[in-house]
Amino acid sequence: MTTSTTQISPAPPRSRRDWTWVARQPLVGPLAALILAVIVFSIGSPRFLSPYNLSLIGQQSIVIGILAVAQTIVILTAGIDLSIGAIAVLGTIVMAKTVPQVGGVGALLIALVVCVAIGAVNGSLVSFLRLPPFIVTLGTYTAVAAASQLYAGSATYPVTSPLLTFFGQDFGIGAWRTTLGVGVLILVYAVCFYVLHQTAGGQHVYAVGGNPTAARFTGIKINRTLLMVYIMTGVIAMVAAWAALGRIPNADPNAYQTANLDTITAVVIGGTSLFGGRGSVVGTLIGTLIVGVLRNGLTLIGVDNLYQNIATGALVILAVAFDQIARRRTQ
Amino acid sequence: MTNPQTVVLEAHNLVKRYGSVTAINGAEFELRAGEVLAVIGDNGAGKSSLIKALSGALVPDSGEIRMDGAPVRFKTTLDARHHGIETVYQDLAVIPALDIASNVFLGRELRKKGFMGTVLRQLDKPRMRTESMQHLSDLKIGIKSATQTVETLSGGQRQGVAVVRSAAFGKRVIIMDEPTAALGVKESGMVMDLIRQIRERGLPVILISHDMPHVFDVADRIHVHRLGKRAGVVDPKVRSMAEVVALMTGAMEPTEEERNGGA
Repeated sequence: MTTSTTQISPAPPRSRRDWTWVARQPLVGPLAALILAVIVFSIGSPRFLSPYNLSLIGQQSIVIGILAVAQTIVILTAGIDLSIGAIAVLGTIVMAKTVPQVGGVGALLIALVVCVAIGAVNGSLVSFLRLPPFIVTLGTYTAVAAASQLYAGSATYPVTSPLLTFFGQDFGIGAWRTTLGVGVLILVYAVCFYVLHQTAGGQHVYAVGGNPTAARFTGIKINRTLLMVYIMTGVIAMVAAWAALGRIPNADPNAYQTANLDTITAVVIGGTSLFGGRGSVVGTLIGTLIVGVLRNGLTLIGVDNLYQNIATGALVILAVAFDQIARRRTQ
Repeated sequence: MTNPQTVVLEAHNLVKRYGSVTAINGAEFELRAGEVLAVIGDNGAGKSSLIKALSGALVPDSGEIRMDGAPVRFKTTLDARHHGIETVYQDLAVIPALDIASNVFLGRELRKKGFMGTVLRQLDKPRMRTESMQHLSDLKIGIKSATQTVETLSGGQRQGVAVVRSAAFGKRVIIMDEPTAALGVKESGMVMDLIRQIRERGLPVILISHDMPHVFDVADRIHVHRLGKRAGVVDPKVRSMAEVVALMTGAMEPTEEERNGGA
């Protein structure tokens, strides 16, 4: 009987001296783009690196940044959520309209129930009926956006409740001040990073998106994983709605019209694959900051808003091109 | 050492019909302790239906499956897994973006003890890595780190990870369904080596394969499936490859002993 040792060629060693693996990490591209943008704008405008402006970039990134975390997790399952911004907008209106009757805590709870319910509808249709997420969430987006308008009666609702605007409070030392909303943004990323990388449920998200057949073979409950992902999307949308009222204490059914697409932009620029199973929330945080820095910097050096959209659009296509090329090389 | 004649997994008179199509037509099956049993058959002979019945992916209409002589019923693949039967599939059943340890423990993750594990559901990654490395070295797979992602591995190496997963949890039987179908020549040789390693550890292996050289290379006995049932079990040391192909296609009749399950 032959006894041979199966030689699997050694892994590229990741010792401290060999740092070439750094260049192969998926986050290197987005991070390099972010650093490049910061350098260019700090040369272009003396105000860019001021504490006030950096805090502003953070604050402008809060709502899209929080929603982009949820979008990342959905896209990791090879899905997409076009309704996420609309759910958050409905959340702000629910909070603003119910707070006079039920108080701050009650308003938050009602908004949570509404947002989770919509997420659960998305999740049930995607998992149990196996409908394409693009179509399902396009449908809920349309319905939820209309429901927001109807419920708001096309009016806006200023919010004065201290609890609902809590995340607008600022903190910091000296000139380095920012709002609690930025803290919430970082907290949401930290929690989701932990869930994705340190819990079985997070590993199953990668499994369901990366190789659904293998996921089924290993006994992972695919439907339950998908349902949980869309329910979690609802929870995060409610948090984003709360943070949005901290940023601008006014619930407006016409606000955050481009939020759905902006989250996808941040996710894709952050290096997460639209085909599922590959990517991270860290990339999305960098992607969010790239978009934030780009818009802020271009405004500072006096570029028109519409040109900013063209630049963001070009960046998305570039990021998807990189993803495609990377996929072809690994296959 | 286990007695080589001890029967681990057996099936009698299995029948499965899909409408007017009979996929399994009174099939017999017998796997003995510590052996590599190859299951071969022409396309459409029903060997994959038989294997599905043994791995719980299909529930037969009639007939019985026994493990260690006791009747068992597999309604799902999970039932079979609870009985220690693990299956390696031809499509590489690994998750590209996860590391080797996570792939080995996929669906059976280990959690930390205490507050972090029970309340915060934190995975015990260090333990999963150590145990994965142990399993890898048990099968003499020379891999330095269980933390690299599976997408950095070649096809053969990925199948190696899938085999390690099955061998790690398959306490009784490993089923390999065309494990080399997606692989090149050299990588297939690697998987064949893994099958020998598993046999050396005393685990019996059911190998479904179209590749006659592979079958003759590793199999102790060959189960020839034809027309939905077992045509016979032959000894690769007695029969030539040409004879086995003839038995498989019906060009040749098995001996009485082979028809009754071989020596």
